[in-house]
Parts: sequence; C-alpha cells; structure tokens
Amino acid sequence: MPAVSAASSSSKAASTRSDGAKSSSPRAAAPIADFSKDQDLSAYKSMLTIRRFEEKAGQLYGMGLIGGFCHLYIGQEAVVVGMQMALKDGDQVITGYRDHGHMLATGMEAKGVMAELTGRAQGYSKGKGGSMHMFSKEKGFFGGHGIVGAQVPLGTGLAFANRYRGNDNVSITYFGDGAANQGQVYESFNMAELWKLPVVYVIENNRYAMGTSVNRASAQTDFSKRGVSFNIPGEQVDGMDVRAVKAAGDKAVEWCRKGKGPFILEMLTYRYRGHSMSDPAKYRTREEVDKVRTTHDPIDMVRARIIEKKFATEDELKKIDAEVRDYVNDSAEFATHDPEPDVSELYTDIYR
Amino acid sequence: MPTDILMPALSPTMEKGNLAKWLKKEGDTVKSGDIIAEIETDKATMEVEAADEGTLGKILVPEGTQDVAVNTPIAVILGDGEKAGDIKASAPKADKPVTEKVKEDAPSAEKAIAETRAPQKAETAVAPPPVQAANDPSIPEGTEMVQMTMREALRDAMAEEMRADKDVFVMGEEVAEYQGAYKVTQGLLQEFGDKRVIDTPITEHGFAGLGVGAALAGLKPIVEFMTWNFAMQAIDQIINSAAKTLYMSGGQMGCQIVFRGPNGAAARVAAQHSQDYSAWYSHIPGLRVVSPSNPADAKGLLKAAIRDKNPVVFLENEILYGQSGPVPKLDDFVLPIGKARIARAGKDVTIVSWSMGMRYALEAAETLAKEGIEAEVIDLRTLKPMDTETIIESVKKTGRVVTVEEGWAQSGVGAEIAARVMEQAFDYLDAPVARVSGKEVPMPYAANLEKLALPSAAEVVEAAKSVSYK
Ligand SMILES: Cc1ncc(C[n+]2csc(CCOP(=O)(O)OP(=O)(O)O)c2C)c(N)n1
Ligand SMILES: [Mg+2]
Repeated sequence: MPAVSAASSSSKAASTRSDGAKSSSPRAAAPIADFSKDQDLSAYKSMLTIRRFEEKAGQLYGMGLIGGFCHLYIGQEAVVVGMQMALKDGDQVITGYRDHGHMLATGMEAKGVMAELTGRAQGYSKGKGGSMHMFSKEKGFFGGHGIVGAQVPLGTGLAFANRYRGNDNVSITYFGDGAANQGQVYESFNMAELWKLPVVYVIENNRYAMGTSVNRASAQTDFSKRGVSFNIPGEQVDGMDVRAVKAAGDKAVEWCRKGKGPFILEMLTYRYRGHSMSDPAKYRTREEVDKVRTTHDPIDMVRARIIEKKFATEDELKKIDAEVRDYVNDSAEFATHDPEPDVSELYTDIYR
Repeated sequence: MPTDILMPALSPTMEKGNLAKWLKKEGDTVKSGDIIAEIETDKATMEVEAADEGTLGKILVPEGTQDVAVNTPIAVILGDGEKAGDIKASAPKADKPVTEKVKEDAPSAEKAIAETRAPQKAETAVAPPPVQAANDPSIPEGTEMVQMTMREALRDAMAEEMRADKDVFVMGEEVAEYQGAYKVTQGLLQEFGDKRVIDTPITEHGFAGLGVGAALAGLKPIVEFMTWNFAMQAIDQIINSAAKTLYMSGGQMGCQIVFRGPNGAAARVAAQHSQDYSAWYSHIPGLRVVSPSNPADAKGLLKAAIRDKNPVVFLENEILYGQSGPVPKLDDFVLPIGKARIARAGKDVTIVSWSMGMRYALEAAETLAKEGIEAEVIDLRTLKPMDTETIIESVKKTGRVVTVEEGWAQSGVGAEIAARVMEQAFDYLDAPVARVSGKEVPMPYAANLEKLALPSAAEVVEAAKSVSYK
C-alpha cells in the first residue's frame, strides 16, 4: 500500500515516487523548503485550531447538539493548511462533506461554522445546511457537497470561470480516494486538460472510503497517476507534512496560473476518527491508527520542529494552545446559545 | 401486387411537402436503392429511394406538385408480370408503413422519432391491460409469528432467495465486509462468499449499469444503493437501460434486477440526503416500485421483487429499519406485488399512504378514533402498479380521502391518487381529496425547520377532519 509510506517514513521518501514512474519535469516532486518561523507558527496555530474545533464538534455531537452526519477532519489538517498557504485572494476552494477544516483554513469564522453544525440562525447557512453544506462567497469557499464526487465538476467549472474571465485565479478542488472512482471525476479531467483549466485536483487519500480501504476499491491505487491518460501531471505528496503540502501546492498552483492546465496532487494522509460519528471503524486496527498518531502526526511534527529550531518556547506554545482553545470554546458557546432559525426561513432561499 | 410508394416524412413535424422532381419515368425499371424522386420542405430537400424492385408503373403525383400530404401514394411499382392495368384507383393506406428509405440531411434522431410516430395515428388508443394482483396468500392457522426488525426481514428475504437461486447476487457500497452501511446485508458475505456479495467502489452509475448488463445476460442482481439519494448518479441506467430495454427489444430482452436501499428523509442529514423518490420512479413505465412499511411486507415483497422478471425499485426507509414486527415463519412467504393492504378498517375517511407515511397515518387514525372518526388506512405497499381498486372500494364506503407522503406535493403520488379517485369515484366523493406531503422546500438541517418540512400525524388529523367537515 503506497499510502503507508506517508505515515511511516520521512516526508521526502513519501513524496518521491516509489514505483519508478517517469519523473519528467511536472511529475517530479516539488522540493520541500523549510518554513520560516512565521510560517511554522502560523501553520501550527491553524492546524491546531482545526483539531480543537473538530474535537469540540465531536463532543457537541455526543451531547446531541449536532445531528445527522458529522465527518471529522482530525489527522488531515496539514493538507488544507499547507494548500491554503499556496493560495492568494480570489482563488476558490471546494470540497465534499468532510469540510470543517477547509472552511477554517480559508478563514471562515469558527463561530459561524459551529453554529451551522448546531443548526442555528447565525450559522453560515442560517442553519439550513448543516455540517456538510456551508459556503462563503467572501472567502471563496464553494461548499460543502454531500454527493461523493459531485464537487469535482463544480470545481472544474470554477476554474472554467477563471479562464473565461481571463484572471489568474486557481480552483482548488478537493476529493477523497473513494470519490476518485466516480465517473464524473474523469469527465472533469478530460475537459480540464482539453481546455487547460486552472484547477488543482487535491485527492485526499486517507486510505479509506468509509470502511473500504483503497486497495479494495481501486484498480490504480496511485492516485497521482489518475490523470495520466488525460496528460494531467500528478504528484504524490506527504500530506502529513505541511511543508511538503505547501511546496507541492506552490508548484501546482503556479502551473495553473501560467495557463498550463490542471494538476493533480495526491495527498497521502490519514483520518484518525471513524468515517462519521456513527462509524465504529472496525475495518482497521487500533495499532494502525496509533502508529500514525504517534509517529507522523502533522501537528506534533510542526510542534517538535518549532521547539527544535527554537522558534518558540514551550511556554509560548502553551500560550498559543490556550488562545486556540478559547477561540474554539467561544464558538461552541456561541453555537449553543444562538437561537434556531426563525420558522419563516423554511420558505426563503428557494428562489431569488 | 403493385406496390405504392408513399410521400415520406422528413421530420416528426412534417405534414406535407413538395414533389420537386421525378428522376425516373413511367416504364423505367427500378432497383431497390435507386433514387427515384426528390422531395422538398421549407427546411430541407431529400431523395426518395426505392425499396422495391420492379417497373415504375404509374406516377400518381406529378413533378412540381405542392403540399403533398405525408403518406399519400405518389407512384406505383409493378412487380414481375404485373401491368399498369392492375393498378386500382389507389386510396391512401394510412396503416401502411413508409417503405421507402430516405436519404436526407435532417438529423437522424428526428427521423427515428418520425418512424415511431408514424403508426400512432392509425389506431385509436388501446387500453392498457387492467392491473390485477393476487391477494395475499392466506397464512395457515397456527403459523408461528416471529418478531424481527425490518432490517432482518430484508436480510432474510435476500438470503432465502440467494439460497434458492444461484443467479441471485447482491452488490453495492459496503454491502460485504462492512455488513452494509445500515447492516441490511449482515451475514450475507459469510454465508455466500465474495463472489455473490460484492463490495463496489463508489461508482453508482457504473455499478448500476453493470448490474443491468448482468441482468440482460440472465443473472438476477440485487443492487443496493447506500441510500436512494446516491442513485441519482445512476438514474439514467435505471430508467433508460433497466426500465426500457424489454420494450425497445420488442420483448426479447428483459432485465430481472432489484434496485434497493433506504429512501426518504433520515434525520438531520439535510437537503442532499433526504429525498423521497416514490413519485420519481413510479412515473416510469417498465419499472415496478415497491415500498413496504413493516417487516412482514418487507420480507414477502422483497422475495417477490427478486423473483419478478422486471426491474423493481425497492424503496426502504432508514428510520423503519430498526422497527420490529411479526413475520410469519414459513418456508416461502411471498407477497404479491401490486396489492395494497388495509392496515386499519374504518368507515368515515380513507387515508392512503405507504412506508414511513404509514406511521403518520396510523397515529392519526388513533387520534381520530378518539374523536369519533373511524379512518380506514390503506398501505399501498406497491406504488407501481398501483392498486387503485382497493382505494376506490374504500372511497365508495367513506366518500373522503386523505393521502400522506413525505415527498413533495406537485406531481406526487398523492396527486396521482387524487386524480384516479376523481376519475373513478367522483360520484362517491363527499369532499375534495386532501394531500398531506412534505413541504416544497429542500430539506433543511435545523431541527425546528426539518420538523416543519416533514408531514406529521397532526397534519393528517387536520386533513381528515377538514374533509369530514369537522
Ligand atoms: C454518490 C454517493 N455515494 C455514496 C455516498 C455515501 N458516502 C459518503 S462518504 C463516502 C466515502 C467517501 O470516501 P472518500 O472519498 O475516500 O472520502 P473520505 O470520507 O475518506 O474523506 C460514501 C460512500 C455519498 N455521499 N454519495
Ligand atoms: Mg478516503
């Protein structure tokens, strides 16, 4: 299983193709640059915010304050945080239902996200969308989609709009290893390359689609190669190392901005929790999860690096931890006290 | 027999055209494929090819004639030994198909439509065969009733049919190793192995189509959709391939397949995951649509669905999976598709529903009984073919009807029931039919709004009272 290497080996090894695929220029892994102090600290804080937010959401779910489906992003934080560092104003982000991390990374407010999770009036969708369906025009976040794979043509359309308008913005279209088997993904790939659309397809390979491991569902488990027959370059990236993600993101985004067409980034990552709150995750061992957590946790790795490089002291980091905790707790407080939407909202927003 | 050449149609909407030119003259021999004339409309010109061999015996419509109606005989071809004198005064033969092949510049799809439309006007509409389903089999006295959940009943139905017929197999997302996303296929992998209990990738359009192909080849697939919401990815294969192939093949190629999974709203899963497809699929000729409300019906009808030679859309409900009920312990308990069940007898008002709607209907009937209104509650069980007779019989008694569905009102199943009652029992009605349905909004996530969006027992009570003028 190629993805295992991400969790167990160094970032360099994971982002280098192990199967002898040709490394013609676009497919060669981007060199991973060290982060500056600011970058490391900011990545740390962003990833920690997502983690704490998700833990809190899990708690609220357990208390019955969040209902329906709730898919947590714990373990995958480096992907969205690293990618976001490669973006600029006007770039668009779109993903599926495991979307809380993406929203926080684009700068959407924790309060609004959490209040949407609890189905309250000041949630990003006025409580009408819930965990899987939030949007922010301001932050360039286009959802929040519940049908596996459906966001891929949509993201391709965002890129189409960029090209149509002649700007140099890029659409970052996230989807999972399971979604990568949907037909509409390949319909999108073909159009994207045919029309040289500026879209980075970020495949978050967390090794499972619900209870199905990648090799039980995929004939080609190296997702970076899924664009080969469309001539779309692809790269495998250690999605647990925020620096590797940022480096690959920079390269892919630049490729798109230059008008060279789409780019595929396969992020080798891992989800620590079950698929959704109701999944006991019996399809994998406790050891498998623990191994990733203890040896390759995206947040722990940055934290260790910060200490090692003396970018901050333990005390300074603790201060950041406390700030993050307060920020998340405030959002939970807000989300549990905000009222439900007014009943008159039932019939609004169907047409405009 | 002399053969008429008819004025061909160039498009589905063409009614007449000009006969621009004859390329053959009377007495010429013609071979099949020879171009014999040119025809014009305001849109295009096309050539008329002979489809028969012989001699051009007589030109009936001279060159330059304008506005020749489609299907008018324009010339007569004589076979070997036939003479022009054999030609009788030709009358248009509307039922004779156009034999000439035409080369034309109009799109071929249009031509295909023209061909299917041509015979339509000849016959007066024939009535479809009446729908008549057998009654439920009588359960022998002393039969043991076993309490089980809907989930278990569905699983047992599949297991029994798989034991009985090795061509039956089940496939879908998470059906095997995970034992079903909602545990409906629990234990099937262990009993039947991975050849017959197959985990698919998340590829609904692909595996639904694959299932149809396997069915065309004679296998009997059970295709599970994790929920029917995801079958929208596959709806083209269900409708265009599964439902229509028998007809399109003139009866040669049937498709014995069951598409099943949970339908309708679960709880708090928002707009993309909470839809009722009852009306959608019951619109489609060639499909049977079944939607049980309790474990016994679920078992008997799923077994019937698996055996039915037609594609069956089997709409389950996530909220009902865990509900228990008595199921007769019989070796082979099969219920007829197309037969409604009177779930509660009454004389004052008829409430018609199915699946989850039965909960609201039965709860409402209890409340109404306390207020002196005896509701007769009909569980449709099958939406297509619909057991109209049972509804009409009830209406003759009660004179009042309330329909209950989770789906939206417009073009819904309730609308269909109302139409049928109006058509077939108008004189028996004492009040207009009332529909209780899901509100016409995408399903909201917020708890308070979701509750409002769904139908409720209270709304059914209110509707029943209003049709009773109480
Ligand atoms: C079309 C469709 N089919 C099935 C589902 C049910 N479903 C939701 S998430 C999921 C697994 C997706 O896995 P993956 O793409 O790897 O993303 P991950 O959950 O791992 O982030 C499935 C099968 C769905 N939402 N939409
Ligand atoms: Mg996955």
